[in-house]
Amino acid sequence: MLVKSLISVFLAAILTENYVLSKFLGICPFLGVSKKLNTAVGMSVAVTFVMVLATAVTYPIYTYLLVPNDLAYLQTIVFILIIAGLVQLVEIVLKKYIPSLYESLGVYLPLITTNCAILGVTMLVLQKVDTTTAFTYTYGHALINAFGAGVGFLVAMVMFAGVRTRLESADIPKSLKGLPITLISASLVALSFLGFSGFVDKLVPLA
Amino acid sequence: MAQKKSLFQEFTKGIVKENPVLCLMLGTCPTLAVTTSATNAIGMGVAATAVLVCSNAVISLLRKVIPDKVRIPAYITIIAGFVTIVQMLVKAFAPAINDSLGIFLPLIVVNCIILGRAEMYASKNPVVPSILDGLGMGIGFTAALLCMGIIREVFGSGTLFGFEVLPIQILIFILPPGGFFVYGLLIALANKLNTKAGNKVVENPCQGCPMSKTCKSANIQECAVQNTEKEVATDVG
Repeated sequence: MLVKSLISVFLAAILTENYVLSKFLGICPFLGVSKKLNTAVGMSVAVTFVMVLATAVTYPIYTYLLVPNDLAYLQTIVFILIIAGLVQLVEIVLKKYIPSLYESLGVYLPLITTNCAILGVTMLVLQKVDTTTAFTYTYGHALINAFGAGVGFLVAMVMFAGVRTRLESADIPKSLKGLPITLISASLVALSFLGFSGFVDKLVPLA
Repeated sequence: MAQKKSLFQEFTKGIVKENPVLCLMLGTCPTLAVTTSATNAIGMGVAATAVLVCSNAVISLLRKVIPDKVRIPAYITIIAGFVTIVQMLVKAFAPAINDSLGIFLPLIVVNCIILGRAEMYASKNPVVPSILDGLGMGIGFTAALLCMGIIREVFGSGTLFGFEVLPIQILIFILPPGGFFVYGLLIALANKLNTKAGNKVVENPCQGCPMSKTCKSANIQECAVQNTEKEVATDVG
């Protein structure tokens, strides 16, 4: 049952509730860094890493520190500061101990502090704990959800990078050149993801 | 530069010429997410404007106190404080708006319009122009959101502010793909009008981003504009 629900949470985060294409979180890097495949992958890996790390830290802080002390209203300010601190910490640690990884991921780290997908994931995960339904999120679910959200981001970025390389050589009406056509192709990619709706529930039924 | 412009120009530039959503490509996430109805669009616009005006005022007051190296964390903390206040006010006085905006209300804190104006304007200018700049940008943001909200609500649910106006409903307009599509067309329109008026057209979404100065990936993408005025320390947070 637990494994089943974990799989369902993971798949849902990638396909049906894709953070970029159906929740509109992290649109700036999605449009800005998706021009080339290698930068798209680098950015997504860095985002996934920070997402999981941030969720791993904010979940216990919210549940065991903020809620018991009636400080839940401080969620926004505490979370953004934790994320900012974590990003800085990751940057320092990578620079010191794994310089090769820092070379490839470090450039994306400053962007991540203000990436709404990270703050969004840490908050949305906790909203699912609050609901009084039969199925609530445990710590494991939260981490899997964050990881799935990161993988979903990667999938969307890679797909979109592919679409954009094809756009480069396409003949586009003058007014639509640049951003408008990028957004319209994003719309088509999002449309294809709509096809997954209901898919996860059928594949891994929770009840 | 700022002294040459009149206060009125500071106020109006955000509404048309430098509209944050349609010309500077800032705040794309809430623009796409909350514009499924015109009411939501106004709610989001007003909330963000309130935060923007307050944070611009405070950051402008503190501009000589905040050390340059830690300015971005300092700005984020100030903004987060105001977002929390706005969040509480909306929860207390407009719970329906709170429910429909959901996660995007606290996410105002990472809205690049607010950090962008703090970094590009409020940190360099006196209080009164900063407040007017914030107000103008906020109104521009609200207007663009309202535009999208009206288009998506009229076609998607056949209503306007909840009143029925169209007998048919094209559901796709209120689904995510419709959001991208309408936004793309609005930018195309804004580009066309801007080219006609002789203004420059933004081609890269990184251009207006407050992080473009510090962001090294922006250089890879060749989208960092000529930000040579000041070498900025790379630590962000």
